[in-house]
Amino acid sequence: MERLGEKYQSVEGFGWAARDSSGHLSPFVFSRRETGEEEVRVKVLYCGVCHSDLHCLKNEWHSSIYPLVPGHEIVGEVSEIGRKVSKFNIGDKIGVGCIVDSCRTCESCREDQENYCTKAVATYNGVHYDGTVNYGGYSDHIVVDERYAVKIPHTLPLASAAPLLCAGISMYSPMKYFGLAGPGKHIGIVGLGGLGHIGVRFAKAFGSKVTVVSSTAGKSKDALENFGADGFLVSTDEDQMQAAMGTMDGIIDTVSVSHSILPLVGLLKPNGKLILLGATDKPFDLHAFSLILGRKSIAGSAIGGIKETQEMINFAAEHGIKAEIETISMEYVNTAMDRLAKGDVRYRFVIDIANTLPATRP
Amino acid sequence: MAKTPETEHPNKAFGWAARDKTGLLSPFHFSRRDNGENDVTVKILYCGVCHSDLHTIKNDWGFSYYPVVPGHEIVGIATKVGKNVTKFREGDRVGVGVITGSCQSCESCDQDLENYCPQMSFTYNSIGADGTKTYGGYSESIVVDQRFVLLFPEGLPSDSGAPLLCAGITVYSPMKYYGMTEPGKHLGVAGLGGLGHVAVKIGKAFGLKVTVISSSPSKEDEAINRLGADSFLVSSDSQKMKAAVATMDYIIDTVSAVHALFPLLGLLKVNGKLVTLGLPEKPLELPIFPLVLGRKMVGGSDIGGMKETQEMLDFCAKHNITADIELIKMDEINTAMERLAKSDVRYRFVIDVANSLSPPP
Repeated sequence: MERLGEKYQSVEGFGWAARDSSGHLSPFVFSRRETGEEEVRVKVLYCGVCHSDLHCLKNEWHSSIYPLVPGHEIVGEVSEIGRKVSKFNIGDKIGVGCIVDSCRTCESCREDQENYCTKAVATYNGVHYDGTVNYGGYSDHIVVDERYAVKIPHTLPLASAAPLLCAGISMYSPMKYFGLAGPGKHIGIVGLGGLGHIGVRFAKAFGSKVTVVSSTAGKSKDALENFGADGFLVSTDEDQMQAAMGTMDGIIDTVSVSHSILPLVGLLKPNGKLILLGATDKPFDLHAFSLILGRKSIAGSAIGGIKETQEMINFAAEHGIKAEIETISMEYVNTAMDRLAKGDVRYRFVIDIANTLPATRP
Repeated sequence: MAKTPETEHPNKAFGWAARDKTGLLSPFHFSRRDNGENDVTVKILYCGVCHSDLHTIKNDWGFSYYPVVPGHEIVGIATKVGKNVTKFREGDRVGVGVITGSCQSCESCDQDLENYCPQMSFTYNSIGADGTKTYGGYSESIVVDQRFVLLFPEGLPSDSGAPLLCAGITVYSPMKYYGMTEPGKHLGVAGLGGLGHVAVKIGKAFGLKVTVISSSPSKEDEAINRLGADSFLVSSDSQKMKAAVATMDYIIDTVSAVHALFPLLGLLKVNGKLVTLGLPEKPLELPIFPLVLGRKMVGGSDIGGMKETQEMLDFCAKHNITADIELIKMDEINTAMERLAKSDVRYRFVIDVANSLSPPP
């Protein structure tokens, strides 16, 4: 992809960036634009570490533009507002998630599904309409159009709210859209990581029955006692999986490495739905019989629109739902990435930007 | 002494069967049960030739129990009805489709979805309620529980109506279930064979815009001028396929061989649905990005329940929808199967059973 150049803008920014596909992050001075009329400037307080950050840092999707400043689970405080801004005031605590712009005119945008707009602009590694590359939340501040930011209610602790902006909405949206949210529904959640554990909390708050499907037997205690799951299946235990066949109305699969979906389809009741969220590098094997015998379906889902993200945040505040996090310093981020690659985190790293980033400035 | 197909039931029966995975069909003597209290005996007039018949006689799916008498698109006359039978009388024109048994007490059966009953049994190559193997419609007659018999509506021809009993319901059911019935919406039909051509007709009857996606450019004229499709896309024409990206609300994918889903998924709009109906022996590749980036769905569907099958027949009778058929004699079946394997049929073979199936003297 053509590098669009380090265009000098008027406001200095400081964060951590990777310079190449080794993905190694280090201090990086850059610049951001002036606050536009409909934009807000946000002092970043916390930023969640999403597995997508890792994929992108290492150029696994072959579209990374370096230097790359990741971070799309941003919680911060409004420090400046453009003159036409009506949603926010200085001092408001707000969140910025995975997208910071879209075409605003297509059917998806008009239906508050900006996440499906073909011209949606990513918070980091995306290209702003003026041609500059976006730098994400592993930085001291960010500038964003007010339409793409959400208010964080004061009852939500900020650090543990950050992961809701990607992980949270990624689970909330498909549960609502595919009719899995509510009493009488049995949801399977595959993978108990950043997305999975929040999904369990949302599903229980909806009143659904939840079974976690995981390859890590050691996570069952957390799943059942900490997150409130009703059941836990070890995916490599054939007997357990067999016994649970035909029991679930829907399954949300958060696993982003290639894996077999045939056993998951088997867990579905007739008319059941398997929702895939993880962006795997290889296609899945689809056994047509498995869908046909039982009228089952497989769908994808990607985050959610801004309106729905606000709805999700409000729901989380109302039900006391937060992510289970390990707060880290900016300096720790490379170690955190190594641990994330091994699944060694319970269950989301969140960088304490405001308190630890400044000290790393050379 | 072990029972043979000829001796396991009290009544002599005759049909054509495949004995092994060459799939070669030839005359076969077997037997059928007495007409029980809940049963209807059907003298078979016509039987459609479904691609599943071909898959089964060749053991493509690995669960064929030879000898196999295929045939699950059966139209005939009721010659006997048991004393508990209320829906049919002797002389009625009736149909028998893909299934002839289910548990009749589970949640699926209670919802008229016998096709999703875990104990559902097929018209052929299955174990029926009495524990014996089922034999299908490439035969003189069949005995079926009344629940699995359909009344053939007046005005629906027996020969060109027969394929509706599998092909028809197989496309009608998912079109209803997945909401593909909103007039003005755009339906893609992938594959213009037995299922595909009926899907075009039913789609037009629902008021949809219909585009056929096919690998055979020669089918375009018929698709548009005879079947009523609004447009035709040759799947290997990458320019036209590109121009059609994100234009369809739904796709009915009838292609029975392994094929690429990626280009079809690209044709769908955001939130679009593709229903896969073909049963290839190997898995299909399911690419993840098109699903995730557009919240698209791939679903399956398996024929339909008995109530819905009757509804479909009545709908087709009302809208004059029949299959485009090539009528054949029983002894032409092996040639027909060879042609079917090459998709050389416009668009369904139907066996004129009553006039061409003759038991040996």
